[in-house]
Amino acid sequence: MSSPTSTPGGRKRGRNANPSTRKFICFSVFLPNEVDMSSPLMYGTPSSRVEGTPRSGVRGTPARQRPDLGSVRKAPQVDLQSEPPSADGAVASEPNAGQKLVIWGTDVNVGTCKEKFQRFLQRFIDPTSNEDENAGLDLNEPLYMQKLEEISVVGDPVLNVNCRHIQSFDAELYRQLISYPQEVIPTFDMAVNELFFERFPDSILEYQIQVRPYNALKTRNMRSLNPEDIDQLITISGMVIRTSQLIPEMQEAFFQCQVCAFSTRVEVDRGRIAEPAVCRNCNTTHSLALVHNRSAFSDKQMIKIQESPEDMPAGQTPHTTIVYAHNDLVDKVQPGDRVNITGIYRAVPMRVNPRQSNVKSVYKTHIDAIHFRKTDERRLHGLDEEAEQKLFTEDRVQTLKELAAKPDVYERLSSALAPSIYEHEDIKKGILLQLFGGTRKDFSQTGRGSFRAEVNILLCGDPGTSKSQLLQYVYNLVPRGQYTSGKGSSAVGLTAYVMKDPETRQLVLQTGALVLSDNGICCIDEFDKMSDNTRSVLHEVMEQQTLSIAKAGIICQLNARTAVLAAANPVESQWNPKKTTIENIQLPHTLLSRFDLIFLMLDPQDEAYDRRLAHHLVSLYYQSEEQMEEEFLDMAVLRDYIAYARTYINPRLSEEASQALIEAYVDMRKIGSGRGMVSAYPRQLESLIRLAEAHAKVRFSEKVETIDVEEAKRLHREALKQSATDPRTGFVDISILTTGMSATARKRKEEVAQALKKLIQAKGKTPAMKYQQLLEDLRGQSETAITKELFDEALRALADEDYLTVTGKTVRLLA
Amino acid sequence: MPSTHDWINNPLGVVEGMFAASQNNPSSGWEAKAVEFFKDRLKEKDAHTSVPSLNDVPLHYLKPNSLVKFRCLIQDMFDPEFYMGVYETVDPSTKVLRCGKYKDVTECGVDFNSRNTVTAERQTFYCVPIPGENPWFALILSHSYAGSSQARVVPSTSYVPSRQKRSYEEDDDMDDMDTQPQKQREPHTGALIPTEQHGNGDCKRLETEAPSSQMTPASHLDLNFPLPGEKGPSCLVKVYEDWDSFKLNDTLEVYGILSVSPALSALADEKDASSSLLDPAECMETAEEQRVHSPPASLVPRLHMLYAKTLPHNNPLLPSAPLEDNSAFLSSTLSEMASVRAELLTYLTHVLLGDALAAEYLILHLISNVYTRRDVLPLGKFTLNLSGCPTVASYTERFYQIIQQLVPCSYYLGMSLQNMNQMRLVPKKDYVANRLVSGALQLARNTSLFLDETQLEQGQLDTTGVRNVTALGNLISWQKVDYDFNYHQMEFPCNINVLIASEGRSLLPSDCQIHLQPQVGPATMEEYLSSIHMHPQASSQLNKLRIYLSVARLLDYSISDEMTKSVEDDFVDMRKDDPQSISAEDLHRMLVVARLLSLSLGQTSLSRDSWLRAKHIEALRRSRMEQHKCVNGNEP
Repeated sequence: MSSPTSTPGGRKRGRNANPSTRKFICFSVFLPNEVDMSSPLMYGTPSSRVEGTPRSGVRGTPARQRPDLGSVRKAPQVDLQSEPPSADGAVASEPNAGQKLVIWGTDVNVGTCKEKFQRFLQRFIDPTSNEDENAGLDLNEPLYMQKLEEISVVGDPVLNVNCRHIQSFDAELYRQLISYPQEVIPTFDMAVNELFFERFPDSILEYQIQVRPYNALKTRNMRSLNPEDIDQLITISGMVIRTSQLIPEMQEAFFQCQVCAFSTRVEVDRGRIAEPAVCRNCNTTHSLALVHNRSAFSDKQMIKIQESPEDMPAGQTPHTTIVYAHNDLVDKVQPGDRVNITGIYRAVPMRVNPRQSNVKSVYKTHIDAIHFRKTDERRLHGLDEEAEQKLFTEDRVQTLKELAAKPDVYERLSSALAPSIYEHEDIKKGILLQLFGGTRKDFSQTGRGSFRAEVNILLCGDPGTSKSQLLQYVYNLVPRGQYTSGKGSSAVGLTAYVMKDPETRQLVLQTGALVLSDNGICCIDEFDKMSDNTRSVLHEVMEQQTLSIAKAGIICQLNARTAVLAAANPVESQWNPKKTTIENIQLPHTLLSRFDLIFLMLDPQDEAYDRRLAHHLVSLYYQSEEQMEEEFLDMAVLRDYIAYARTYINPRLSEEASQALIEAYVDMRKIGSGRGMVSAYPRQLESLIRLAEAHAKVRFSEKVETIDVEEAKRLHREALKQSATDPRTGFVDISILTTGMSATARKRKEEVAQALKKLIQAKGKTPAMKYQQLLEDLRGQSETAITKELFDEALRALADEDYLTVTGKTVRLLA
Repeated sequence: MPSTHDWINNPLGVVEGMFAASQNNPSSGWEAKAVEFFKDRLKEKDAHTSVPSLNDVPLHYLKPNSLVKFRCLIQDMFDPEFYMGVYETVDPSTKVLRCGKYKDVTECGVDFNSRNTVTAERQTFYCVPIPGENPWFALILSHSYAGSSQARVVPSTSYVPSRQKRSYEEDDDMDDMDTQPQKQREPHTGALIPTEQHGNGDCKRLETEAPSSQMTPASHLDLNFPLPGEKGPSCLVKVYEDWDSFKLNDTLEVYGILSVSPALSALADEKDASSSLLDPAECMETAEEQRVHSPPASLVPRLHMLYAKTLPHNNPLLPSAPLEDNSAFLSSTLSEMASVRAELLTYLTHVLLGDALAAEYLILHLISNVYTRRDVLPLGKFTLNLSGCPTVASYTERFYQIIQQLVPCSYYLGMSLQNMNQMRLVPKKDYVANRLVSGALQLARNTSLFLDETQLEQGQLDTTGVRNVTALGNLISWQKVDYDFNYHQMEFPCNINVLIASEGRSLLPSDCQIHLQPQVGPATMEEYLSSIHMHPQASSQLNKLRIYLSVARLLDYSISDEMTKSVEDDFVDMRKDDPQSISAEDLHRMLVVARLLSLSLGQTSLSRDSWLRAKHIEALRRSRMEQHKCVNGNEP
């Protein structure tokens, strides 16, 4: 039973997903035979395929080749009793069994392995599962049995198995799977099919179920692949950079004798066909000819993947690896996709020349893909959760938690942020909170859509106050950061553009900075230099967190859940303290109100500050690297801390905290109402909530408490004090940001307009007046100084009332 | 004599001997021993000079499988490859284990099913000669070789002249053979190549020599040099250990075994249609990729690294060992420092039309160096913008030639519209050929980049142009270049001295701007300029200046606590007088100026005098800028 029997069999093409141009005719030759389906060695070879008449049951359903596992297995099973096991290092997993058959070169016993896997399928329950794949399944029932049921309904004969589940269920089985995937996976296939047809004897599948394991823990990073991983099951992540055309690969050659028309089939063995020299029927030599369109082919595609930029050490170029996708995995991924690939790592020697004995002493390596998992799929669909669950070691988590337990963690972290930039404590704290972000809330059921969780910050101030440096730092800190300059970016550069892919000649959507920084931070320098057109796209992004695109026949809405960190210079190059923020930076207030915090970075100009600054700068130049490290947290720790908090901490408001927030909001409204103006809008309340949540995240707390709200209030007030103070009155006035004009200024404008109206009415019936004359008259009459701008505005106000018109230098009364 | 050089002529013999000896004793760690052996040999006095250098000796004079050295820059890193570390021959009568390390091709049939095969991993780097090496460099090196009599004559008796001649022909023949199929492929792959050649033609590289007629016949093969108009051998360096310690753009001196087996070149051509059908693995690699990753060995030799050291500086005049280890040399140079500095100052003042202040700043610029980075901030860079350059008599070009005489590596980039719109400054990943296509900003550390803004003309920058200008701006502000990986960008830190010569204020950012005040009247300018000679001093004098610049850059520097205090006080005082006049940025600059000034005088810590002097020259410079501002009001 241990020798494989070769039986010719027909094959029905099970594939219809890819209507390519191949014209190979597939024959179904039914020969009565005995196929030993229990042997995995038979499995997957073309000869083992059976076309059964009753189209159900294990025997009735055609098996499908698995070129991903290597086309031919010639390995015999070894009876451990009769052969010394030392020869191949084959060790029986259960030594007390009477007769022990293992596959040659491994320690895999087919029967035990099958049994174990069936047990796994029948029993495995994962109540804590939160994978999106398992959506809609009852978590307290055996997971994979439900999946089999799904297969019987849907008819897609692929069973994806999470290796981590196998590991937690049976570590030994897992080890075998990782070490001998080529032998174990067919065994799994067999097991699953037996189980399936036992349970659903009447269901009809196109072909037999194939098991696709994923999430093997063996290797995560392309860089760490080494010769030990050859022929093992690995999972690596990377980015697809190129895909080849579809390649039909011959699996089985069909030969026909030119003399007697006797036909024979030869399997392709390691890329080679042994052409039969003699016809078995008529004994003519060299009479057999290959008939192409009766040979069997399978689909194959070469995919190149490259390390994702996050995994790379600095100063090195990314590595690439070739991946072969087979059958229905072909065309599953596109260049630019980020994928996790599970497959078998292979190395093939390179032959210089078949006729030469010299061989290049180098192997070619590739991965035969068994499973793809796109990691950035979620970016298009709204499914939440961080795509890549960053793995932290136990130690690391411990250090992070210790750090979080410290009472001054907030101050520590904020001072670790950009240590080369001096002071600006509150700004750093604001940015820190931005890095953590609030909790994402979904109100789509009530029609409001999801609430923004990201905190947007605008820095404005004098040139040379290291705004750009802060931006650069943040950009370097966060994994999904983008840095653009307002001067150099266009609307399409920020959003997305449609271009023709040079290879496929298809229109593809290339995403811009805002979409790329989804779940990250988009740093925009020289925000004020941005054209109005470009800025307008930010409106949607900064509140709805989506980006609608209608270009070249592509209409879609992309997620752009990005926090914006912008820096702007004042219009007059120096900040004019006599003017409001709006006047200084000349940005539309509709946009300004979308920033949670607006900070001014000004030169404080006092001696003590100067001294500290000087000390800071000088020490920057002479302290050694180690000294600096001691003083501040490592950038890597900070990065991990943020990543951990963002992934695992989702604070919710506590009762006291919500009371505190309400109070804070009411207070803010009250301040203004005393003077007849509004100093807070619901947007400000939302900002407060976000900031409080972010602060709770900094503490690794699942609950937002009063201290969080206090800090949020303080920071918000600080920012407001800086940016929304009315330079004329010295009061905080939020309407500067929301309407672009302070309430006093508006009042003043009205007064001047009224005064002007009165003046004109006093003049009596003069239909036309000189502009200059009128201005001088008004100035003479008014006790406060009337600027030309103010006068113009008053005129415009009156013109709006249809009281007068201004043409050139004359003012005409209407009606 | 020849026996002592066995390890140079036949290093593989040494390796194999060690391998064979280790067979009885598997845990002997022969690999480490072999590397140690070569390291020890090279440490011997002058041993490294007797190793022929790939930089100077043409490839066909070098004996295959001998030990050579190569001074180079890592231009690209290929994927790691698995090779047969140990294999068994297939011939049953002589079934022996062979070592596959440091080799490209196995010698005899390999038994693939053997259980004794050991698979090992190695990494390939694509290395090019250090870009922008100035001509004097090679001159000095070849002088030093002439002295040791090892220059071109291969230290081997097996090389008979007649054979040399034949090898010439063989090489040529092989080239021709190579060219045929590649030329045929050109139409498909041509999209890239013409533009590159176009770029080559336009860039005005100020090489004095005419394009030499003995250029390799296979110049169509793009060897991917960062700078246009470069030549020299490029090399595929195979690294066996510690490859993670090397970084892109590192400058190395590699000692390794040269492999030019023709079988490697054959590999590319042997792909006939029939074999590719059955072996799909072969045909998956595109033709371009084949060309890049396995070019003919006669053009791109393979070098199996035994030992490599990173070069702390790139000046052949300095001892290659770190300065601290060479105290005699250091003390002698330090004592001379002040006098050499004075000499250099006079010379540069002369060159800069009699402007001593500008000359002072130029010296500071020439010895500047990014010595560390604080999070994103590079410290120690000192980009100088020399404004007010006369546009007559191609002054800037003459000026560059002087700089070329002083620094080991430099590059002149005329910022003409055409150059900016067409040149590739930023390296870009070419996924079809799977390599990093180099750009002019892929430079070794401490290379002087001379930006000539006087070449600026009116016109429109296209997309490439805007990107190039942005890249230059990033380079100056952050000392980094964002390499274009198509799907994302990757940031590579660099350390390049940028000098901008312009008429008005430069459009690029700079750390320091100084306006040139010529002491020469416009009428006599032409005459004066033509009198600035290329070689005013004897070459020994010139060498002194070169050593001075390199040493000053390598010195350590510190600020005492006392000085820190007084600098702080100074700053506070200055702010008190007029807070508008001095900002944090000015203090940054003054600290850098003080640092460089001290170093230029050979002082390794800041003294009161140097600080005052730094303040003084800064004040002079600022007052000059104010003046200039008054003269033409269009300056911002």
